[in-house]
Amino acid sequence: MKIAIPVDEKDMGTNVCVSFGRTPYFLIYDTESKESAFIDNSAAASSGGAGIKAAQIIVDSNIEVLLTPRCGQNAADVLNAANIKIYKTTTHSVKDNIDAFIAGTLSLLDEIHEGFHGQVGN
Amino acid sequence: MKQLLILSGKGGTGKTTIASAFIKLSNAKAYADCDVDAPNLHLIIGQRSEPKRTDYYGLPKAEVNPERCMECDQCRQNCRFDAISVGKTYEVNPFACEGCGVCEYVCPVDAISLKPAIAGELMLYTNKEKVFSTAQLKMGSGTSGMLVTEVKKQMKIATSDTELAIIDGSPGIGCPVIASISGVDMVLVVAEPSISGISDMERIIKTAEKFGTKIAICINKFDTNYVNTEQIELFCKNKGLTFVGKIPFDSDAVKAINNGQTIVDINCASGLAVREVYNKTMEGLFEGDNE
Amino acid sequence: MARSAINMKIAVLSGKGGTGKTLVSVNLAAVAQKSTYIDCDVEEPNGHLFFEPIDVQEEEVSVKIPQVDNERCNGCRKCVDFCKFNALAYIKDKLIIFEEICHSCGGCIMLCPEKALTEKEKSIGKIQRGISNEVAVYTGILNTGEASGIPIIKELLVDNRSQADEQTFIDCPPGSACIVMESIKDADYCVLVAEPTLFGVHNLNMVYELVKLFNKPFGVVLNKCLEGENQAEKFCLEKNIKILGRLPFDSELGMLNSNGEIVARKSKKYCAIFSDLLETVKKEVQYETTTNS
Repeated sequence: MKIAIPVDEKDMGTNVCVSFGRTPYFLIYDTESKESAFIDNSAAASSGGAGIKAAQIIVDSNIEVLLTPRCGQNAADVLNAANIKIYKTTTHSVKDNIDAFIAGTLSLLDEIHEGFHGQVGN
Repeated sequence: MKQLLILSGKGGTGKTTIASAFIKLSNAKAYADCDVDAPNLHLIIGQRSEPKRTDYYGLPKAEVNPERCMECDQCRQNCRFDAISVGKTYEVNPFACEGCGVCEYVCPVDAISLKPAIAGELMLYTNKEKVFSTAQLKMGSGTSGMLVTEVKKQMKIATSDTELAIIDGSPGIGCPVIASISGVDMVLVVAEPSISGISDMERIIKTAEKFGTKIAICINKFDTNYVNTEQIELFCKNKGLTFVGKIPFDSDAVKAINNGQTIVDINCASGLAVREVYNKTMEGLFEGDNE
Repeated sequence: MARSAINMKIAVLSGKGGTGKTLVSVNLAAVAQKSTYIDCDVEEPNGHLFFEPIDVQEEEVSVKIPQVDNERCNGCRKCVDFCKFNALAYIKDKLIIFEEICHSCGGCIMLCPEKALTEKEKSIGKIQRGISNEVAVYTGILNTGEASGIPIIKELLVDNRSQADEQTFIDCPPGSACIVMESIKDADYCVLVAEPTLFGVHNLNMVYELVKLFNKPFGVVLNKCLEGENQAEKFCLEKNIKILGRLPFDSELGMLNSNGEIVARKSKKYCAIFSDLLETVKKEVQYETTTNS
């Protein structure tokens, strides 16, 4: 299956990005073929609704699972509508989290925080 | 690196006064001012070097090209924000324009396009080992949540392995505050003992709780209303929130600030009190680190 | 053409919260007696805490947002791609609309080739009108989580709010963002409230730039004044700005205010101070409008 992880750089040795909506890139990893691909997150430049757009981007990549440290309400709504499961990352290391997921030791993310609500303030 | 964020809910409670004292006491190598609407920290924590300045782009704004414009009035009629007016030519008011793109869509002759608009400026001061990140939002701009995120990002990228970062937050409970809480280890709420101060303090605690960060509360200018001060202390006790102390109103504090100094640079009552608040806060921030 | 200072719209603003905007606007309205007070700080309205108005009537404020007819939607995603605010997502053959992110621009409805999108009203807040003695108190309240308070301010400031022969005091939101600009757009005069500290001057400068940009006549009230050097006063002298009055930092004032009392109604001393301030403001407004007409 394909899983997505927000990452700081286009490199397997990089760290998990602390933000989902504004991460610069997503790593799309295929657990069967062990292939990985990096996609740009154009939502990072949005002033508002970044989580929604980022979620749409990874939904369009046909993933089944997302590994992330945190996620906002709006993004979660999109992901839930697409039946994508969200797991909480534990360490900073991308590799460790992938291994942990495959080993079944990661838990589901259950603290969804309120959206930042775009709030372009106008 | 542990990040301590100082918030208040209400404006004018003394966040920056306390944040600057903390920065001096801890000799923090990394600090940031997330109050991008009205940054004040740089006025006390003086910077000698010129900062690295970066333009910050917010929402693009619409612009009319008068040479192509046919004055059909479709843009003005369809603008929901009253942002288009007719003078000698059709003009977009950049303060009212929300960058929605409707005018660009309806214009039959492609006379309108959305252009990137500078909404503020990021500033990064690096001085030997110290890093200070701040920004100024341009008047009339929205999008301050994203700029706050950029201020924090800028600080993190510039710091190498430091123990503590202190962030002066912005007032209110809206998006910029939420953006500043994200990723922080502890929030210190500065409360003011007034009716509106208490109500704003409660709202900000609710917001911080959702992020699961450690929370500490202190009271500033506590002697302006002893009854309300007691009420706040009781509230903390009942909710099991860490109360880290109270600071009296002090006219010497005002003098210090006006001289561009922090309250711990001079000998004064508020300076003494803030030291206690600082010690208790640091205890809470670093507790449980038994590596 | 001289206009009477009686039915003027006076906006009270400051660069930052906590400076004394509400203190000044509430008390000026109170001493003017028969007047209108409008609280445009729709995210955190405080004026009503002081006035405690009675006979309160409410009106809802709503904006138009899209709704989708999924039968007509063919998944072309033109709306998703158009929306600059990312308020739309298309997942598993269904369009999801994020109402709180939507800015009500109407664009998606216009461009849907299948006419699958129509508009519906959504309440974003309300306006309360009440009375406190002879002051008509209008309070704008934005529901938490909503994107913008501007539609509420637009509604608050429609012409029929102010009575003839009465002054209107507009309590503005802090800062200098769009929402403040909307609040002062139709004001005849602006009162800038400033604290006499280093921070206070910096913040005063922000709103000073704003009122100059909008070409509004204005004056400054210095609040929380202490002994010694007053940096905001220096700033005003340097820039040749009219100082309308000075409020001392005084524990009586602080105590009454922090307990939600209208000081001009509770203290003879402050009643006199605010009455004097009101007279000064009225004179200034009259002077400004006669010289500029």
